[in-house]
Amino acid sequence: MTEAAAFSKSEMMIVAAARELAGQRVCFVGVGLPNIAVNLAKRTVAPELELVYEAGVFGARPARLPLSIGDPTIVTGSTAVTSMFELFAFYLQGGLIDVGFLGAAQIDRFGNINTTVIGDYARPTTRLPGSGGACEIAINAREVFVIMRQTTRSFVERIDFRTSPGNLGGAEQAERIRRQGGWLGRGPSVVVTDLGIWHFADTGEMRLDSLHPGVTVADLTAATGWSPSIAAELATTPAPTAVELRLIREELDPGGAYTS
Amino acid sequence: MSQPKVATMRDAVAEVVRDGDTVAIEGFTHLISFGAGHEIIRQRKRDLTLARMTPDLIYDQMIAAGVARKLIFSWLGNPGVGGLGAIRRRIELAGLAGETPLEIEEYSHFGMVARYTAGAANLPFFPLRSYFETDLPSANPLIREIQSPYGDGSVYAVPPLRPDVTIVHAQRADAAGNTQVWGLLGCQKEAAFAAERVIVVVEELVDEAVVRADPNRTIIPGLIVDAVVVEPLGAHPSYVQGHYDRDNRFYLDWDAITRDEDALQDWLREWVYDLDGRAAYVEKLGAERVAALRPTAAAPSGSVDYGTYE
Repeated sequence: MTEAAAFSKSEMMIVAAARELAGQRVCFVGVGLPNIAVNLAKRTVAPELELVYEAGVFGARPARLPLSIGDPTIVTGSTAVTSMFELFAFYLQGGLIDVGFLGAAQIDRFGNINTTVIGDYARPTTRLPGSGGACEIAINAREVFVIMRQTTRSFVERIDFRTSPGNLGGAEQAERIRRQGGWLGRGPSVVVTDLGIWHFADTGEMRLDSLHPGVTVADLTAATGWSPSIAAELATTPAPTAVELRLIREELDPGGAYTS
Repeated sequence: MSQPKVATMRDAVAEVVRDGDTVAIEGFTHLISFGAGHEIIRQRKRDLTLARMTPDLIYDQMIAAGVARKLIFSWLGNPGVGGLGAIRRRIELAGLAGETPLEIEEYSHFGMVARYTAGAANLPFFPLRSYFETDLPSANPLIREIQSPYGDGSVYAVPPLRPDVTIVHAQRADAAGNTQVWGLLGCQKEAAFAAERVIVVVEELVDEAVVRADPNRTIIPGLIVDAVVVEPLGAHPSYVQGHYDRDNRFYLDWDAITRDEDALQDWLREWVYDLDGRAAYVEKLGAERVAALRPTAAAPSGSVDYGTYE
């Protein structure tokens, strides 16, 4: 068995996202992959991380991986339980959230996100969940991390519906609108996929900075719906360590629901 | 005092919920009154507008049963599992087959919470810093940009939501409807104060003295409550902090049921129409399955001393 076969694509994606949280303080957790990534970061690179759940919990200490975005285990032993009004109004809109984690069904090169519909809004071919808290997280969290699987269906030239704003049509326009609108958020800062790690260039466009082990530029390009911008000094993401894998497999997702 | 409020679920729903009403069964993953939803199905209420931040399985079931003409929501899914097939089939192009789609009115989470808050506080709108540069205001023209009267830019406004009926599940209440909750609070307080009529469903009916011994835990006063229904396990398959966990097997099983309209209608017959209420549902569920949902250990709160001041 080769080194690269010792972990799954999802495990690599979770580990890469967790490492991006080094040095962060207050993180708004999403369900599924972000949940595992944030809990892994707290056990590795960011022990001081405060976990905030939109269901109304600050300083969660989940004893098991929560089953959904609300779960009795995020309440027991937490610092504070708040109404959802307080959570969105005081914690998020008040500017206390450093990182908001979002998923996406579609994303464009500027990090604008669709989680609402595929096709026409009134007569969609696929009805997706909608915003939930994503739209206000994108606007009010100091920065936004995106974690999602990458294909030409999800990394698209044009999203069908803009649920959550990213860098709009480019950095210049986005910065002007954020300044004029009094937004506290600076928008998306990283997109972690199953193929690599993207950050945002000065133009506001996604730039591939790192490819995961075993992934080629050709694989990446074939899974991107536009001609991608690739860093001159493209890195290879360090493979998950034994410690990271043990935490995922034994503590965070022992059933392999999200990582197998 | 007013007339007694403690009622059976059948009487409470018959009395309080009327065809054509806007009904909010709230509770964010926690404390979802499946018991009330099932009784609404059994009584074949019609033309309801159903409001809920996260429609969850209960509105999938109610919409499949034909009680609703419209849905107001902010996140549509089976949390942590997948989609809600009955609702999707009534919205998506392929599922409609020429039939009239379910009418939808869509917000974000903060937008829904803000709508209940405006409704509870008798305000004409609630302002929030959301929706900028998104397609949501064009999808829902009730989300409107307004200028600050103080000249410092614009915000978005959402209109008040004033349900005819709000139904909440809680750990406990007294016979007057003074209701106490712990664990996730969601937007139940706002949704109850916003409503014309309120039904509270509880795991446990307690003496007034129990409420008065811990007034900080009261989220809804009996003043605004029309009926109190005592229905242990009434929130299954969702959970009640300190009483029972989410029945995740049910949420996983629902994924297959909801994909198939016939399987869904069979499920409704077996688990809703053919049962006369929650007690029969709990019996059918079986003691073993219920026992497996109980907390693995106790985690009592510390207590505080309110003091006596005479």
